[in-house]
Amino acid sequence: MRAGPVRFGIVVFPGSNCEYDACHVLSTFPEAEPYYLWHKDPDLRGADCIILPGGFSYGDYLRTGAIARFSPIMQEVTAFAAGGGLVLGICNGFQTLTEAHLLHGALRRNRGLRFICHPQYLRVERTDTPFTSRLRVGQVIQIPVNHNEGNWTAGADRLQEIEEQGLVAFRYCDAEGNVTEAANPNGATDNVAGILNEGNNILGMMPHPERVCEDLTGGTDGRAVFQSMIDRVLEG
Amino acid sequence: MYRVSVYVTPKAGVVDPQGAVVERALPALGHSGVHNIRVGRYITLEVEGDDAGKVSADVDDMCRRLLANPIIEDYRFDVLPVGTAAGEGT
Repeated sequence: MRAGPVRFGIVVFPGSNCEYDACHVLSTFPEAEPYYLWHKDPDLRGADCIILPGGFSYGDYLRTGAIARFSPIMQEVTAFAAGGGLVLGICNGFQTLTEAHLLHGALRRNRGLRFICHPQYLRVERTDTPFTSRLRVGQVIQIPVNHNEGNWTAGADRLQEIEEQGLVAFRYCDAEGNVTEAANPNGATDNVAGILNEGNNILGMMPHPERVCEDLTGGTDGRAVFQSMIDRVLEG
Repeated sequence: MYRVSVYVTPKAGVVDPQGAVVERALPALGHSGVHNIRVGRYITLEVEGDDAGKVSADVDDMCRRLLANPIIEDYRFDVLPVGTAAGEGT
């Protein structure tokens, strides 16, 4: 067990807009020490975990996350992840991680071209990861979605490989945990809501766990994600 | 100086949500029998240099790393010297 606070570096790109939510929520965990990193910062200032928050980095120009991916700090984030550091990308952060090829696939416009913003049920697929150890396999949690480009695809021919390796962490489902087309809010392939890299130290997810960490905002299911990360760092 | 036209299109086999919506809208305008609509992106740029081969290699690098997402998109481009009608396709 290691001592000291768990340092969460929250990367702020021009156009990010969920960094305050993430920072506020993490400040409610006694073990966590959240702080902001500007996208031009030359280093991660001793981060134990990195969060790429939601928002509209660089105005979503060209493709979501396509420009943020080339921000100076992403080189540091990539090196940090290569060394096993924990990286959580939420919404626009997920999009940026796929553009950076740190996670498989790509996020397209939602089916029907509708911006979606509502509470969403998710089925937990993996619990042997640093992000989900506080959850149970098959557990249904409710975390809101809020995006226009959440329609995940594996690309031309990678889907089978991704599924075989069990990289899917969360799938969109109904209240009973059924993964159905009707419960798929954006057209994502195989109802994928969140995926891991092969090393299980990078998670990208379209739903916003930071928005359901206090009763005031309608639920606390998101806390399990951050608490799992804290547990992992403290356990070493 | 070269003028470059880049065409970015959804890869075959990748669902194109924009194309699907446009395809559903056209019958309402009286255009039936329209299929396989794919919506892409057309990008123009001017590139300094006097070696079309080098410009092509540079633009290919730009496409691969930024202008297109090779996981879901294909790209092709034309390189034309500014001020002439001759060009080089790739």
